[in-house]
Amino acid sequence: MNGLKMDTYVLELKNISKYFPGVKALEEVGFNLKKGEIHALVGENGAGKSTLIKIITGVLQPDEGEIFFHGEKIVFSDPTVAQKNLIAAIYQNPTCFPHLSVTENIFMGHPIVEPRTRRLLWNEMNAEAMRLLKTLGSELNPGSKMGDLSVAQQQMVEIAKALSLDARILIMDEPTAALTSRETEELYEITRTLRKKGTSVVFISHRFEDIYQIADRVTVLRDGKSVGTWNVSEISEGELIKAMVGREISQLFPKSEVPIGDEVLRVEGLSRVGYFADISFSLHEGEILGFSGLVGSGRSEVAQAIFGIHPYDGGKIFVRGKEVPIDSPWKAMEMGIGYLPEDRQLQGLVLPLTITDNITLSTLDRYARKGWLKSRAGHDISQKLFSLLKIKASSIFDKTYSLSGGNQQKVVVGKLLAGELRILIMDEPTKGVDVGAKSAIHKIMSDLAANGFALIMISSEMPEILGMSDSIVVMREGRITRTFSREEANQEKLLTAAVEVGR
Amino acid sequence: MESTKTSIIPGGLSLREVFLRWEWLLVGLIVGVSIVNGRLSPHFWDYAGLMDAMAVFLEKGFIVLPVAMILISGEIDISVSSIVALSSVLMALSFQAGLPMVLAICVAVAVGTACGAFNGFLITRIPGLSSVIVTLAANSLFRGIAYIVLGDRAVGGFPRWYSYLSWGYLGSSSIPFIILAFGIVAVFFGLVLHKTTFGRKVYAIGNNQVAARFSGIPVSRIKLILFTLAGVMSGLAAVFLTSKLGSSRPNVALGYELEVIAIAVLGGVSPAGGKGGIPGAILALILMRLLRYGLGLINVPGQVMLVVIGIILVLVVMLPNLIGSVRISRKRFG
Amino acid sequence: MNDSNHVSSVDFLKNLRGFRELGLVVFIVSISLLIGARNPRFLTWGNLHDMLLDTSILSILAIGMMLVLVTGGIDLSAESGIALTGMIVGLTLIRYPQIPAVLTLFMGMALGAGFGAITGAIVAGGRVIPIIATLGMMYVYRGLTFIVSGGRWVNAYEMPDDFKAMATGRLLGFSNLILIAIVVYIVFTYFINHTETGRQIFAVGSNREAARIIGIRTNRIIWLVYTLSGALYGLAGVMWIARYASAQSDSASGYVFTIVAACVLGGVAITGGVGSISGILLGSITIGIINNALPMIRVSPFWRTALTGAIILIAVIVNIAITRNIERKALLQRKI
Repeated sequence: MNGLKMDTYVLELKNISKYFPGVKALEEVGFNLKKGEIHALVGENGAGKSTLIKIITGVLQPDEGEIFFHGEKIVFSDPTVAQKNLIAAIYQNPTCFPHLSVTENIFMGHPIVEPRTRRLLWNEMNAEAMRLLKTLGSELNPGSKMGDLSVAQQQMVEIAKALSLDARILIMDEPTAALTSRETEELYEITRTLRKKGTSVVFISHRFEDIYQIADRVTVLRDGKSVGTWNVSEISEGELIKAMVGREISQLFPKSEVPIGDEVLRVEGLSRVGYFADISFSLHEGEILGFSGLVGSGRSEVAQAIFGIHPYDGGKIFVRGKEVPIDSPWKAMEMGIGYLPEDRQLQGLVLPLTITDNITLSTLDRYARKGWLKSRAGHDISQKLFSLLKIKASSIFDKTYSLSGGNQQKVVVGKLLAGELRILIMDEPTKGVDVGAKSAIHKIMSDLAANGFALIMISSEMPEILGMSDSIVVMREGRITRTFSREEANQEKLLTAAVEVGR
Repeated sequence: MESTKTSIIPGGLSLREVFLRWEWLLVGLIVGVSIVNGRLSPHFWDYAGLMDAMAVFLEKGFIVLPVAMILISGEIDISVSSIVALSSVLMALSFQAGLPMVLAICVAVAVGTACGAFNGFLITRIPGLSSVIVTLAANSLFRGIAYIVLGDRAVGGFPRWYSYLSWGYLGSSSIPFIILAFGIVAVFFGLVLHKTTFGRKVYAIGNNQVAARFSGIPVSRIKLILFTLAGVMSGLAAVFLTSKLGSSRPNVALGYELEVIAIAVLGGVSPAGGKGGIPGAILALILMRLLRYGLGLINVPGQVMLVVIGIILVLVVMLPNLIGSVRISRKRFG
Repeated sequence: MNDSNHVSSVDFLKNLRGFRELGLVVFIVSISLLIGARNPRFLTWGNLHDMLLDTSILSILAIGMMLVLVTGGIDLSAESGIALTGMIVGLTLIRYPQIPAVLTLFMGMALGAGFGAITGAIVAGGRVIPIIATLGMMYVYRGLTFIVSGGRWVNAYEMPDDFKAMATGRLLGFSNLILIAIVVYIVFTYFINHTETGRQIFAVGSNREAARIIGIRTNRIIWLVYTLSGALYGLAGVMWIARYASAQSDSASGYVFTIVAACVLGGVAITGGVGSISGILLGSITIGIINNALPMIRVSPFWRTALTGAIILIAVIVNIAITRNIERKALLQRKI
C-alpha cells in the first residue's frame, strides 16, 4: 500500500541471539516476513518460538542481532515501540485483565478519547467493540468481565484487540490450542481475511493441520536455532517433522520392551465438576500409559486429582486392588503415587534451595529422629540419585535455579525417586528441555518401567507419546475419547481422537 | 552461580555465604553502637545496668520469634499486639474473679492460643482469605473484645511474686529472670526453625508454597501451627508485660504488631518469605534496644528513633534490590 | 466490581456481584431504621449530618487507600501522613494566621503529595514490597511529626477563626467538610472512570505483566497511586485538625486499620484489580454508622473496635462465598 517492492520484507530479523541464565534461548536466528503472508513458525516446546515473539514485540531485547522494519533498522526497546509500528500479538495464554470488561481489554493502551479533554468515550468504545466482535462472528457482550469468559472467548477478544489496533503485523501464539474445531475454522477464515487486507501474520502452532490449512511459508526452529524456511506447498509433513526433531523418531524414544505386570492403579468413573468426567483406566507394573490430547483437554486436572491436589468429586481410585480415597498429596504419596508437575519452576522445585534440599523435600521425616534433623540429612541418597540421574552440576549443594531446564527436571525426578514411589505420573516431562536431556529423561523413564515402576506420561508431543507409551489414552474436553495400544496408534488417529471423535 | 566454585562446608553453605551473612553486619552494628554508647556514658558497660536495659524490652522479643517464622513462611500476622491485650485483660479479670495467679497465667496463655488458632483456622480453611486481611480484622476484633470486657478500667493488685517475672533476678545474680526465660524460648525457636523437619518445611513453603504442596508437605497444617504458635507466644508476652506494668488495660502493647515485623525484617527476615532466621531476629532486637538506649543518652527523644527505624527498615529491603539490579544490568551490558 | 455504569446491558453474573453493594445499602438502611426505632434522635437531620461529617474525612482517605489497594499494594503510612501534614499546617497557621483557609487545603494536598511521592518512589523505584515500605515511612512520618512539633500540640485558640469556620461553617445546610468530600468524590469518580490514567491503575492491578506488555508504564502508575494517596491524606490531615480543632503528634494513630476496613467493606480486593468509588463510599458510611450509632442505643462505644473487626471478617467471608458460588455455577454450566 505504501509502494513497497514485493521483495522487501515487512520485518526481517538477522542473527538474533538471546541468553538466559544457564540457557541459550536463541542462537543467531534469522526470520523474515512478507507483506500479506501467513508465516507459520514451528518447533518443539522449548525451541525458542516464544522468545522470538517476545523479541519481535519488544517485551524482550535481543543480546545480539538486528531487526529491520520495512528495510530500516529498528530497536524495539519496549512494547510501545512495536505497538506504534502496528505490531500486535496474541499470546498463548491470553494476557488479559481478568477484572476488567471486554471493551476495556480491547482498548486498554489505545482508547478512544475526546480529542480536547482526553475524556474516555465509553459509548463509542462499546459500539466499536461490539462491531469488531461481530466481524469475528462473536456475540459477546462488550460489558462482560473478561475473567468470566472461556479461554476461546478470551482469544476472540484478543483478536478483536489486534483488529482495533489495525495491526499490520499480527503474531498469534498457538491460537488454536484451546479452540474447538468449529472455532478453529472460524479463526482460519478470519486469518485469511486479514491476509487479504495486507496484514502479515506470524502463526505459531503445534498442529500440522493449521500449517497446511492456512500458512504460505513455514520457518522451523530447533533448540534455539533456525533450521530453515520453506514454502508450505514445497515441504511434506515428514520433512517438516524431520526438520523439527532433527533425527529419526525411533532413535529419540527408547522405551524398551518389558513384560507388563500386575495392575497397580485403577481409576473408575473419576469426575470433577467442570473439569473432567467419567475417567476410567488401569495402569500396570512396567507400563507407560500415555495421555494424549490438546492443551486444556483435562489431562493435568485428572493427574492432579489422582495426586490429591484438586480432589475429585465422583468416582473411585484403586491402588493394588484396594479402594483409597485420596484427598491430599501426602495421602497419595503414602499410597506410592508421585506426580511430576508440568511447570517444574513453579510446581516442581523450590528454586532458591539446593539440589539436595529439593531431592529430600518430600521425604524429610526420613532423615530425622522425632522431627530433629540428623546432620548431613539425606545427603547420601541425594548423592546417589545425583550420580544415577547424571545431573550436571558441581555438587548436590548447587542451588537449583542455576541449573539448565533438563537438569532441573532430573532433580524433580530425583525427588520422586527418593520417595520410593512406584506409581509415577509425569506431566509433560520433557517440556522445554534440550534434546540431550530429553533423551536422557526418556532413558530414565524406560529404565524405571523396566524395574517394575508404573508410569503415566502426559505429553503434547505426538512423537514422544507414540515412542514411549505402551498404551495411549486420548482426552478431549474432559472425557476420554479413545484408547489405543502401542501397535494401533499413529499420529493421525491420535489427532482425530483429540479433536473430533467422541461426540 | 559464581559461588558454585567456592568450597563447600556441610549444611550446604559456601564459605562466601557464611561470611557475607546479614547477621555479621548486625553484629558489627551492635559492636559499633555499643562503643558509641560506651563513649557517651561511663555507666553503659556497667554489667547490671546493661542487663536491666535489655530486660525492659524483652516481652516484645517473645513475639518477634513466631512472627519471624510466619514471615519466613510467606504470611504475615498483624494481630499479635491485640492478642497480647486480650490475654492480659482476661488474665487480670480471672485473677480478680478469684482465680489463683498461677491459673490466671494459664488463662492468658490459653486465650492467646485460642486467638492464634482462630486466625490460623480462618486462613487455612477458607481458601482466598489472606493472612493480611484476617489478622487485620482480628487485630480490631481481639482489641475490641478487650475493650468490651474491661472498658477504660485498669486491673492490678497482683501478688508480689508475680512482678518477679519481669523485675526479679536469678538468685543473687544480676541476671534478670526474663532474660533467662527469653533465652530458653529463643533457643527453642532457633532449634525448631533451623534443626527440625518442621523448620525446613517452613522455609520450603516460604520459598515456593506451590512446590511445597506438590512435594507432599501439609502446607495448611504447618501454617495453622505457626499462627497458633504466635498466639501462644503473645499470651506469654502478655504475662510478662502485665507483670512489668503491674496492671492490665485494654490498650497495652498498642503498635507492637508493626514494630515486631520491623524488627524481624531488620534481622534479615524477608517479608516476601523464605529468607532469614532466628539469630538475625534476636540480633536486631538487641540492636534496636541499644540504639534506643544510646539515643536516650544523648537526650534524643524516642520519637526520633521512629525516623531512624523507619529509614533503616526501608534501606534494609531496598539496598539489596538496587544492588541486585545494578549487577543484572552490568551483566547485560558488560 | 469495577464501575460499570458505562456499560448499557448488565449480564447475570455482574448482577450477582452488584448484589453485594445493594446488600450494603440494605444493611445501612435497615440498621439505621432499627437504631432510629430505639432512639428517634438517631434519624434527626442534626445527627445524620454529624455522622456524615465524621464520614467525610474517612471517605476521602478511603479513595487514596483504594487506589493503592487496587494496584495490589497497601499504604500504612497514611495515618502518620495525616498527622504530619496536619501538624505542619497547624504550626504554619500559628506563625502566619492570615493564610486563607482554602489555601491551607491546597497546602495540605501539596505536602501530602510530596510525602506520598517519596513512599511511591520507594515502592516503585526501590522495589520494596508495599507493606514494608509504607510501614517504614509510617514510622518516619510519625517521628517527623514529633520532631517538627517538639511534642507540643496546636490548640484551638491558636488557630485562626476562619480556619475553624471551615469545619463549623455550612453551605446549603451542609458542613463545608462534607462539601469538600463531595467535590473530591466527583473529581475521583471522573478520574477513575473517564480518564486513561484512571483505567490504567486498574489494568496494572489486574495483571501487571499484561499492562507492561501493552506499553503501560507500570512503575509510573504505582508511583502515582502513592502520590495520590498522599495528596488525599494531606487534604484529610488539614480537615482533621479543622474538625477536631487541634493538631497532636499522635493524631490518627492506628487509624489506617479503619481506612483499610472501609475499603474492604466496600468490596475492594486486597489482592488488587477490584474496587469502586460507590463501594468505598458505602463502606465508609457503614463504619460511620457503627461509630455514631452505638452511643445512641446505649451500647458502650467500647464495642466499636470489635464490631469493626467482626464486620470486616464477615464481609470478606461472604464475598468469598459469593464468588465461589458464581465460579461453581460457571463450572456446572460447562459441558463435558
